[in-house]
Amino acid sequence: MLDHLPALQVIIPLISAPVCMLVTRASWAWLLATAVSIASFVMALLLAREVSVHGVLSYHLGGWVPPLGIEYRIDHLSAYVLIIVSATASITMLAARKSIEQEVSREKSGLFYSAYLLCLTGLLGIAATGDAFNIFVFLEISSLSSYALIAMGRDRRALTSAYQYLIMGTIGATFILIGVGLLYMLTGTLNILDLQQKIPGITGSRTLHAAFAFLTAGISLKLALFPLHLWLPNAYAYAPSMITVFLSATATKVSLYLLFRFFFGLFPPEVSFESFHLGRILLPLSIVAILTASFVAIFQDNIKRMLAYSSVAQIGYMTLGISLASKEGSIASMVYLLNHALIKGGLFLAMACIVFRINSVQLEDFAGLGRRMPWTMAAIVLLGLGLIGVPLTAGFISKWYVLSAAIEQGHWLGAVVVVGGSLLAILYIWKIIEQAYFRTPVKVALHTSAIREAPLAMLIPLWVLVAGNFYLGLNTSFSYNFASTAIHAIFP
Amino acid sequence: MQFLEHLELAILIPLLGGIFVLAFHSRPRLREASSILAGVLLFLYITQLLGLDPAQDHLRTLLEISPGLSIAFHLEPLGLVFALLASGLWVITTVYSIGYLNGNAEKNQTRFYLFFAMSIASAMGIALAANLFTLFIFYETLTLCTYPLVTHKQTSEAQSGGRIYLGVLLGTSIMFFLSALVITWIQAGTLDFVSGGILEGKLGGTASVLLFTLFMLGIGKAALMPFHRWLPAAMVAPTPVSALLHAVAVVKAGVFSVLKISVYVFGIDFIAEQDASVWVLWLAVATMLIASVIALSKDNLKARLAYSTISQLSYIVIGAALAWPAAALGGALHIVTHAFGKITLFFCAGAIYTATKCTHVSQFNGLGHKMPFTFAAYLLGALSVIGLPPFAGSWSKWLLVEGSASTQHYIVLGAFGLSTLLNCAYLLPVALRAFFKPPSPDVAAAGPGIREAPLACLIPLCATAAGTVLLFFYIQPLYDFLYPVFNP
Repeated sequence: MLDHLPALQVIIPLISAPVCMLVTRASWAWLLATAVSIASFVMALLLAREVSVHGVLSYHLGGWVPPLGIEYRIDHLSAYVLIIVSATASITMLAARKSIEQEVSREKSGLFYSAYLLCLTGLLGIAATGDAFNIFVFLEISSLSSYALIAMGRDRRALTSAYQYLIMGTIGATFILIGVGLLYMLTGTLNILDLQQKIPGITGSRTLHAAFAFLTAGISLKLALFPLHLWLPNAYAYAPSMITVFLSATATKVSLYLLFRFFFGLFPPEVSFESFHLGRILLPLSIVAILTASFVAIFQDNIKRMLAYSSVAQIGYMTLGISLASKEGSIASMVYLLNHALIKGGLFLAMACIVFRINSVQLEDFAGLGRRMPWTMAAIVLLGLGLIGVPLTAGFISKWYVLSAAIEQGHWLGAVVVVGGSLLAILYIWKIIEQAYFRTPVKVALHTSAIREAPLAMLIPLWVLVAGNFYLGLNTSFSYNFASTAIHAIFP
Repeated sequence: MQFLEHLELAILIPLLGGIFVLAFHSRPRLREASSILAGVLLFLYITQLLGLDPAQDHLRTLLEISPGLSIAFHLEPLGLVFALLASGLWVITTVYSIGYLNGNAEKNQTRFYLFFAMSIASAMGIALAANLFTLFIFYETLTLCTYPLVTHKQTSEAQSGGRIYLGVLLGTSIMFFLSALVITWIQAGTLDFVSGGILEGKLGGTASVLLFTLFMLGIGKAALMPFHRWLPAAMVAPTPVSALLHAVAVVKAGVFSVLKISVYVFGIDFIAEQDASVWVLWLAVATMLIASVIALSKDNLKARLAYSTISQLSYIVIGAALAWPAAALGGALHIVTHAFGKITLFFCAGAIYTATKCTHVSQFNGLGHKMPFTFAAYLLGALSVIGLPPFAGSWSKWLLVEGSASTQHYIVLGAFGLSTLLNCAYLLPVALRAFFKPPSPDVAAAGPGIREAPLACLIPLCATAAGTVLLFFYIQPLYDFLYPVFNP
């Protein structure tokens, strides 16, 4: 049983998806989706332990030996991302039932949960597989299902956002497919490990240049790296609340994983950074992303959109870490990935709580929430401090590593941008806090006694994330050590 | 006395007090009692720490966040003095708060006492920090814990004051302090406080000047211009907050950090060798004079006192920047002496407000006869801040002036003189108006209605005023205690 874990990790959610569609009652579908999410989390933890004890796990699908057969390959990097994705899935599903009942019509809920499980399958599959074409397949599984999930948002604008994402996402996926195709043409293999050995011999090839360019552009689109981020704010703002929680903490993070997998694994890092100058492409884009997206976030009145723009900025921090082309920078970026998934997932979960009660995420409707939903607002304050990067929170740790990696490389502009971005974060987070604690509601509808604290089923997962925000701020033994082992394995 | 070694108790005691405050939310008497009790316990605990052998390190590592970066506490004279000062004055301020908050019927008192306790816990963390990392953490929590106190009234005025407060303090600390911290970490490979500094041989010339300046600007709580605006903005807070936090705990945490970094990160000799403080020195001199002139122009007493504090904080920064042991020692003593003087002045401002609702100096005519104790205490506090004997302030000023003369900074010497004159010009008229000018018509009309503030306000302010005199005569133990810090 344990031997088959790498495959089971992906297959269990995949098989459960159609089952979910057949289940007629919404609560049963929810139960199944939750059970599968938690099961995948347990499997991810088991895999992480196996990897820590025995080193890299290689699983040959159907018994075919790579490079001919498809290989599932779990190293520290994969295990790290698997944990993040499956943990987010569990927290989201535990909190999701009431919110989904409210936002998704009853007859669609079976479909909703099966789309969710497919999305989970895709994201887990990307992290688990060691085959470049397989990555594309899972990417499409997760993308297509997430278009459907976003389109299920209550606001009619969800449809156009999903369409926008569909177009952009498909272009991205196509680019990745073209890149992988070109690589296959050059080397005759799709196995990442095999590719890694063959690529250094052919760096002069123009086709390889083209493949690299297509992959970079494709992944950047999926990653929402500035200026290819335009799909993200709308998609996050209008998707069902719980889907925003799930996607914000996983989708872009898995794309970042792809960046690592392709440009540190498939292409050896010295090829990516020295022959193809990846750092010089990522660095300016990251800096612009941090500054402009943070700046735009300040002027948003829809808080989900504000947080979405903040995500674009935070992605900039992660790519900034990578662009430094140093071990420390990459580790910083990995630590950032985990901490940001936690903080942003938490903030969007708090938004879900607020939508559940007041059915709005407009800034003006936050007036007086400090008194009416004290626990939710306190969570927003604490997670917001994490986003700013105040000491004792996880956000501080991630900023600390990025900042020290930048200064270590003598990269002063990067360092200034890192701290400057934090200052901008204070501005947009404090807009929410001032509105909630200093203003009294104007709208009559918001004076009703119906507005009270969110249900416990949502509050508890939210506060688990708040606690995690502080735990990871005080104890970096998991985040830093695991990320460090992962990077040392792929960055010789 | 094994438990004494658990230095984190200094943080846990006020936090525990805070929990009791929450628990007794609906029983004001018990709530206030638990606040006072926590203060007394904390003060006793700190006095017990004085008895420990200072030669030993008493390092207490709480947890290691990442290799080399740990939350750790240690005992060291400078920090002990700051801890003793903050905890002692916390007790007095709590008594005063009870009188003030009830006298003015303030709302949300539970929140007030809770965040007050958390602020003190943060101040203790700063005082006992064994490395820069720990100091930075508690520096930031202090900013965040005081924010709800500054914006206590939740009016739009409080909101905009709070914005400036948080914006400047968080902004400078993230922009400059954090950067300086990371640079130090990368250059020196450690962030521990070590006598004589950790940068010797790691950094030199302009780089050391830049790093020192970065640190000093980053410590926004020391209110060096142009990052001083948060302090006047913080005056929207209830007066006990202004008194303890913005005359003692917060601002002194700032200058304490300045001294601590000068002595234990750079080392006084290193600063002198590299001339690292050259920019900061002139910035501090300019701040001292400009703030005094602005103070002259303020009619609102609390605003005037705020600018006076900005000016006085620069004395301490100058003490560090002169890079001369006697001057730095003078700066350290000034932390204590100015604290007693300034808290007295703020207590008086609050007492006047509670009794008469007057906030502006021009309204004080003739009030001295109605409130003789308050204004007498004010006069003592003012004389101490000015630095006249027989008040505590004279000692620290003496050492600072001596330091500037010994290092042949005659311009700084002249600036001290000028600043003293300005001090007289903006502090003394307040008391003189009250005693010698005829009462204004509305004060006269209010007639016998005006009398001294409640006893809970009056006793603390008399106590701190008496403290300024006592400290003049009993400064020697403090001097001896701090002497080894600057003359290793």
